[in-house]
Amino acid sequence: MNPSSCSSSSTVANDSLIREIDASARPPLFVLFFSGAIWLVISSILGLIASIKFHSPDFLANCAWLTYGRVYPAATNALLYGFAIPAGLGVGLWIIARLGQTRVVQPWIIAFGAKIWNLGVLVGVFGILNGDSTGFESLEMPKYAAILLFIAYTIIGIWTLLTLHARQEKTLTAPQWFLLAALFWFPWIFSTAHLLLTVWPVRGVTQSIIAWWFAANLKFVWFGLVGLAASFYFISQLMNRALHSQYLALFTFWTILLFATWSGIPHSAPVPAWMPAISTVATVLTLITILTVMMNVYRTVGRGCGQAANPAPGKFIAFGVMAFVVSWAMHVLNALPELAIFTQFTWFNVAQNHLNVYGFFAMTMFGAIYYIMPRVMDMECPCWGRVKAHYWLALLGIILIAVPLAVGGIIQGFKLNHPQVAFVEVMKSSLNFLRATSLGEVLLLVGHLLLLANLIGLAVRYARSRVTPVFVDAMTEIKPAGVKS
Amino acid sequence: MNYGALIFLAAFIGISASWFGFVLTPQIQIGRETQATNTVNTAELYPIARPGQANEGAEVYRANGCVYCHSQQIGQSGTEVNVVLSEIGTNPVAVVEALINAKVGVTNANATGLSAGLPKTILRNVSIGNAKKASKAVRDAGAESRVDVVPVGVDIERGWGKRHSVAQDYIYDHPVMLGSQRIGPDLANVGVRLPDAKWQLLHLYAPRTVVPESIMPSYKFLFEQRKINGQPSPDALPLEGDYAPPAGYEVVPRAEAKALVAYLLSLHAGAPLYEAPLSVASAPAATAATNSPAK
Repeated sequence: MNPSSCSSSSTVANDSLIREIDASARPPLFVLFFSGAIWLVISSILGLIASIKFHSPDFLANCAWLTYGRVYPAATNALLYGFAIPAGLGVGLWIIARLGQTRVVQPWIIAFGAKIWNLGVLVGVFGILNGDSTGFESLEMPKYAAILLFIAYTIIGIWTLLTLHARQEKTLTAPQWFLLAALFWFPWIFSTAHLLLTVWPVRGVTQSIIAWWFAANLKFVWFGLVGLAASFYFISQLMNRALHSQYLALFTFWTILLFATWSGIPHSAPVPAWMPAISTVATVLTLITILTVMMNVYRTVGRGCGQAANPAPGKFIAFGVMAFVVSWAMHVLNALPELAIFTQFTWFNVAQNHLNVYGFFAMTMFGAIYYIMPRVMDMECPCWGRVKAHYWLALLGIILIAVPLAVGGIIQGFKLNHPQVAFVEVMKSSLNFLRATSLGEVLLLVGHLLLLANLIGLAVRYARSRVTPVFVDAMTEIKPAGVKS
Repeated sequence: MNYGALIFLAAFIGISASWFGFVLTPQIQIGRETQATNTVNTAELYPIARPGQANEGAEVYRANGCVYCHSQQIGQSGTEVNVVLSEIGTNPVAVVEALINAKVGVTNANATGLSAGLPKTILRNVSIGNAKKASKAVRDAGAESRVDVVPVGVDIERGWGKRHSVAQDYIYDHPVMLGSQRIGPDLANVGVRLPDAKWQLLHLYAPRTVVPESIMPSYKFLFEQRKINGQPSPDALPLEGDYAPPAGYEVVPRAEAKALVAYLLSLHAGAPLYEAPLSVASAPAATAATNSPAK
């Protein structure tokens, strides 16, 4: 795209291939990331409305569409399905193309799939606001939206697999295993959950069991696999060295597949006791996942400081890894029945969920997007200052949400466990913590607007760069005439 | 090394293991639970399907996301077995003596005043064996007692339910909305706890008129404010102060609000089941019958 920049042909073949790969990924990535940023803004506006209701519960009381029980799931779904999954798919596609040293196969079809996905999310979020939620947490999107999402995912997934298949570099590395497993994983859990919960609903609490299974597999397995693939890939890119150990990564991979898939059945559930028991054991075993990730990242980064070309994406990725460790550790603690009685039904779980979905996954995706987009657009990011601002806003926002919720949740849990404390008192004790989180939501919203602005900035510069050469030519023809006089 | 096949195998094992575990196996184990005569002693059918209006109300509950603030599941930390003396008979001294001799925890020191204010719990949190021994001793001495099985736990102490929730309670629900948050109180037994439909409607329209510190959102959109034509509607909410409609107007529940309240009132999960036992009044005869062969 930037014909002026490279005329000499020394680094050449490799360089131009990388450029071609990046250029081939542009259409789908542009759709996935740009719409993702828009959904983030929508999500945080909806989230803010939901959070205001805690301070003035009569706010917008006449509007069914904006009641708390609709706005809140709409916000979480816009985050999960509007941003997180498409961003993961986009980042995964780019990593697969780059590692395989091959162009994206038929990128326009993937971009088309991404558009159908967005249509599905749009229909789904409106469905939830219209009262069509399925009633299962993390799976609220109604059946008609789920069909669109499934079709879109299938299109994106198949062409991502074709890209993987077309790779020139045959050896698969850790990020590719992770992404391959994740690609297969989502359609399986999503179709199972929808078929057995909304199409041919199963009986009684087996519905809840499937819904928990789906939520855990989405938030721990899918996000874990895709998020860690991105962490491993970008850490080694930014540090300019290979991942410390592929075998340790293989260990991480296996423990996620074998243990994280079984987590998610809460201790309190009115189901046969073996289910929460197995779930607890499996969740505790995900400690191995946490430890192997920590060790791998530490050994890769810790051997002296690498020279990262641009530190901003690295900051996001580093925060993501830290949030991964904290949130998965919280998840392990939560699974222990002795502790779960103090955290169940409290804000602590919300804090854990937020740290995992946002602190770990979304932050890693932000870092990846800021790393990828300038390359894909073949533009220097004009705005590293604003990227840094986004980083600090997101970091403060997450801390202002997760810490008060975790602390407030534990206090709430202790009070809930003392029947002498009236329920109204329990509820009141968490209100001040909720106020802090509203501030956090505002910071996140500003951060999302910055992300959108940064992407728009890149797009505008990209559009200009395609126009300028013509301009410049025109100018050079005109100028001499002007000078003459 | 051919990693491709390995990854595929790993992913397949991973997926199918948890799928078999948490999707298929529960179907085999409890997926076909039906209404059963599962209640302790009384052999009544349980659970009873909801009437139509309450089913519509469940849809309102789902659509408006009540589940994000209210759980519908009661936990319990254990079960206590208590012995309750219901009649002292003709010879109180013999009863006390028999109890002391039975060596179930009644001693001279705490036996004083045993017969005052019947029925009275004379043994609390004892083993089932001791409870049976005690009731046999009491019966032999000419008095009457019963053995109470009392679930205990924080939720039960809060009065949210009598026993913990079990799978059987939910077989007619779709979706099952167990909930993961208690921003508001648990609703598993709200139909028993707050059975007044008028109160429920008022609480939905203006929560803070009945619970001043509540943070529940108002559900005004489930109600209609309309001009009074002739006689005021018998359904009109008794609103006062800030919440009162302008003069000549009244606030009446729409069909959704009535359905939602019908659903809330249908929420009760307190039947004594074999998997969740709970004391029932007619215990003595049954205890006697099961007691003799066990001796």
